[in-house]
Amino acid sequence: MPNRSRTASPPTLVPLLRGRLRPYAPQIALLLALQLVQALGMLLLPALNADIVDHGVVRGDTGYILRQGGLMLAATLVQATAAAAAVYLGAKTSMGLGRDLRSALFGRVQGFSAEEFGRFGAPSLITRTTNDVQQIQMLIFVLLTLLVTAPLMGFGGIAMALRQDTALTGVLVVAIPVLVAAVSLVIAAMTGPSQLMQGRIDEVNRVLREQITGIRVIRAFVRERGEHERFGAANTALTGVAQRLGRLQAYFGASAITVSSLASVAVVALGGPRIVDDDMQAGALIAFLNYLAQILIAVMMAMSVFVLAPRARVAAGRIKEVLDTEPATIGAAPRDAAPAPSPQADGPPGRLDLSGVVFSYPGAEHPVLHGVDLSVRPGETTAVIGSTGAGKTTLVKLVARLLTPDEGSVRIDGTDVRDLDRGALARTIGLVPQRAHLFSGTIASNLRYGDPDADTGRLWQALEIAQAADFVRGLPDGPDSVIGQGGTTVSGGQRQRLAIARALVARPRIYVFDDAFSALDTATDAAVRSALDEHLGDAARLVVAQRVSTIRSADRIVVLDAGRVEAVGTHDELVAASATYAEIVDSQLVPEEAS
Amino acid sequence: MSMQQAPGQRATDFAATGKRLLARLGRERGPLIAVFALTLTVTALSTLTPLLLGKATDAFLMFARGEAASLAPAWWILGSVAAMTLVAGVGQVLLGRATTAVTQRAAFRLREDSEAKLARLPLSYFDARPRGEVLSRVTNDIDNLSQTAQGIMTRLLGSMLGLLGAVVMMTVISPLLAVVVLATVPVTLWAVRWVGGRAQPHFKRQWAATGNLNGHIEEAFTGHELVTAFGRHEESAQAFREHNSELYTSAVKAQFVSGLMAPATTFLGNVAYVLVAVVGGLRVASGALTIGEIQAFIQYVMQFNQPITTLASTAGQIQSAVASAERVFGLLDAEEQRSDTDEPVLPEAEAGRVVFNGASFRYKEDEPLIEDLSLKVEPGTTVAIVGPTGAGKTTLVNLLLRFYELRAGTITVDGADIAAMTRSDLRRRIGMVLQDTWLFEGTIAENIAYGRPDATRGEVVAAARAVQADHLIRTLPEGYDTVLDDEGDGLSAGERQLITIARAFLVEPSILVLDEATSSVDTRTEMLVQQGMATLRQGRTSFVIAHRLSTIRDADVILVMEEGRIVEQGSHKELLNAGGAYARLHRAQFAAIAT
Repeated sequence: MPNRSRTASPPTLVPLLRGRLRPYAPQIALLLALQLVQALGMLLLPALNADIVDHGVVRGDTGYILRQGGLMLAATLVQATAAAAAVYLGAKTSMGLGRDLRSALFGRVQGFSAEEFGRFGAPSLITRTTNDVQQIQMLIFVLLTLLVTAPLMGFGGIAMALRQDTALTGVLVVAIPVLVAAVSLVIAAMTGPSQLMQGRIDEVNRVLREQITGIRVIRAFVRERGEHERFGAANTALTGVAQRLGRLQAYFGASAITVSSLASVAVVALGGPRIVDDDMQAGALIAFLNYLAQILIAVMMAMSVFVLAPRARVAAGRIKEVLDTEPATIGAAPRDAAPAPSPQADGPPGRLDLSGVVFSYPGAEHPVLHGVDLSVRPGETTAVIGSTGAGKTTLVKLVARLLTPDEGSVRIDGTDVRDLDRGALARTIGLVPQRAHLFSGTIASNLRYGDPDADTGRLWQALEIAQAADFVRGLPDGPDSVIGQGGTTVSGGQRQRLAIARALVARPRIYVFDDAFSALDTATDAAVRSALDEHLGDAARLVVAQRVSTIRSADRIVVLDAGRVEAVGTHDELVAASATYAEIVDSQLVPEEAS
Repeated sequence: MSMQQAPGQRATDFAATGKRLLARLGRERGPLIAVFALTLTVTALSTLTPLLLGKATDAFLMFARGEAASLAPAWWILGSVAAMTLVAGVGQVLLGRATTAVTQRAAFRLREDSEAKLARLPLSYFDARPRGEVLSRVTNDIDNLSQTAQGIMTRLLGSMLGLLGAVVMMTVISPLLAVVVLATVPVTLWAVRWVGGRAQPHFKRQWAATGNLNGHIEEAFTGHELVTAFGRHEESAQAFREHNSELYTSAVKAQFVSGLMAPATTFLGNVAYVLVAVVGGLRVASGALTIGEIQAFIQYVMQFNQPITTLASTAGQIQSAVASAERVFGLLDAEEQRSDTDEPVLPEAEAGRVVFNGASFRYKEDEPLIEDLSLKVEPGTTVAIVGPTGAGKTTLVNLLLRFYELRAGTITVDGADIAAMTRSDLRRRIGMVLQDTWLFEGTIAENIAYGRPDATRGEVVAAARAVQADHLIRTLPEGYDTVLDDEGDGLSAGERQLITIARAFLVEPSILVLDEATSSVDTRTEMLVQQGMATLRQGRTSFVIAHRLSTIRDADVILVMEEGRIVEQGSHKELLNAGGAYARLHRAQFAAIAT
């Protein structure tokens, strides 16, 4: 279920970053020191300049002017070096933080069971791990390089000004808070609209995405006009907010420049008479005007950080949501103890038993599975058939421990799967999932996914059984052909066959086919199944299918209906005994052939 | 943020695209003139301020030296500067509003034009390229444009005029000092280019590392179940760590080198400042300049340096904006579908008689697909289109709905040539269920009513009930008001399919197109759907695409397609007896069931 309260969650930047910045504390402290040095360097320039005017110019002392000029140049060099070093530390800290966040997210998501994973969905988790982290690391970088200099320049400016003239410092003491207050007001006013703006952009983009992906439906249902109106409304709403935001932005620059200009006037107005009275020198006046300009620039730069803040805050919220999600399944059962199922005395290994399995998704009113019993024996095939929502896929996920049951147990050779370590379980069960996902790499690297040490002979054998050998042979590079991400360069049916071969290469004791034959045409489906019958020997097979033809020859067919086992038996038994099964058969066969 | 622009994102024809972009801005004539007038006024006023403040200082100094009789001129000057500041502040606010009006209105129109363009593009445009690519043009590129336009416009205009004003004033005060300051410009530009050039390869590596990392995350997350089921967490985490630290290393370098831009330009600005302080000091000492003039000059140096830094940082944004504009214009320039005829015909009856008359079509000029197809479909009869996946079964649908236009021949609906009808009149008669179950973000009820937004809740429920979707919908938490969205709404493919079927039902079309409508609905749901379909098909002409023979056994005519061509047509019996492609397909299906 989509979490609609997501955007309403409280600001989460601070709690997200607090602990994570701690390892960088020494680095940040050094950075602050460097920023202090560079701020002092900046502030020293007007003071030295004042000295030139007051002592060099007035007395006509050329040597003094040149000496002070040299000092100014030195200050500039120190300032630039400190600033560059600060940028380096800022980059290290912010990018390091980004790396840590990605790492934390990736680790957390890896631990998710299908349940938590499904709550977010893969696209959302990807965005959170990549773009959202990027937002935060950018904010931190700008924060460390621009924002921290503002207070340093502000307070440093006041301190330096005091050296020049105590009375005039009053202008700064008034002007700086007024400037900060004015700009803060504008920023506060912008926060609402800029958050709104993001939502409106999303809305426009969503409508456009729907128009592009649904273009056939829109045209077939003659809804172009309705869609155009929907878009028009979203576009108008977006433009409205954008204009509001733009107008507010105008106050930002206007207030900053007006305050600083008026402060300049005040400096000359107050300073002039003091020069006349000989309480102050002309150089101090110039220095003051320069402090004002420098402080203005620093404040403006710092404030631009706040434009980034709302987006970063949303990103932080989204990241925190993932990090705060406890992997329920794995967390509830950290029982990874037995390295392998202990083969018990009663019979050969490869027995899978589900007894009294109950499972509900969180928040669901009814369990998906209520009390399912099922068994698979070595060398035998157990098939599961049932309608949408009957719980077939959930059942497969329970067997592979992608979920764990609320009640009852899933046992392999008598050992509860929760007691197995992940690696042992993975070697025991060969899963062919509904969506045949391949990883980028070559066909061979995909085939070796379950057993990196498998030799080429085994790969070919698996390909032969899965009826994939011919097409792989036909590829220019054979099994070394590169497969694009998500396996886009092979067709759906080919991908499915490769997924079957991948499970075969690992030679597990129990195979689980989750509707794995549906993408194959009926002839290939039949060929794969007969090859499997021939080669799998005493491995156990659990087959979830929709086509009766796929499972007709199974040793045991379990008819699942609304989470309960409706009937168990062979095809012939069930045709006679199960109304549900008979209905399914009837829906798939041409009448004269069904009998 | 320039960091977010993709690598190598350069416009191919910068000048032409830039001109076109300006032309679009030029459409907002009124506010645009205001922008120019206000920028001129504000810049002029703020450029005069330092000069006047310098004059005020000199007035004070002259009075102090006894060269002037009163302080009245000083107070007059300060008074007028204060007044000018206030005027400039108001002007700044008005300028911001005008700029916002120009850019946001232009963005609004650009979005509107692009969206309207989407509706006029032929389907071949969408089919010929990845959806994501089209989507990215209308969303990311326009976002990029509208978000950067305002900033660029304000800064570019203001900076250039400010720069010009500063140069003029500096030259007026002291040509020699002006030359000294201008001499630093080439050095600054060189530094900016140097830093930019050095940063570029780091950014490229950063983007490559980002791509690799994102790719890995995407794979690990979309293949989450497989990674877990195959016990490959550790390997996946290891690969992640490598990509993550690679990204960290390159990002630190890129950020650091590009972050040097600010200290570098500040440094050079400071050097100019020092030069002015020293050379200016010497000039004042020799009596060639007044103290007030040097005070004003130093302020101009600051006013001069600021725009150079701004322009340097804006250059990247302009590049990226023009590149985006080029892609958006590419979309706007794409060839449109033929517009509807001015005098459209309307069939007098609405019976659903469809006649293909010597119809020919090819997607590619040199690959004939459908040649001279003639077919009469009587009202209320069912045409089944069969053939292996990829045989081009959807081509006929594309032609019937005029998603693509015939190359030769005609298709008539109830006697009217569909090419002479308006597309909407044609499509209103046809109900469609596609294999990809596109639903938009909205409630289930809204989705069912998509083709008839005015339908009452009763009609919606009746349609759902007719196609056996009512029960399913009612088991959802909010029933008909359950909101569907892309982030996982818990609906299975089969359930979504049922909703699209109800959607087609509600339109009450005379012709139905069912494109693999039942392929993703599993057996039992499918059976229910088939019953609904039977109701739906009553009295309507139906074109059914499916590769399961059981779905099409009651068809009146079967079209067998292979490699895009219709190879056989006839009834089930006729085709079986003919012993051709259909008989082969049928045997494969039957064999599969028998084993």
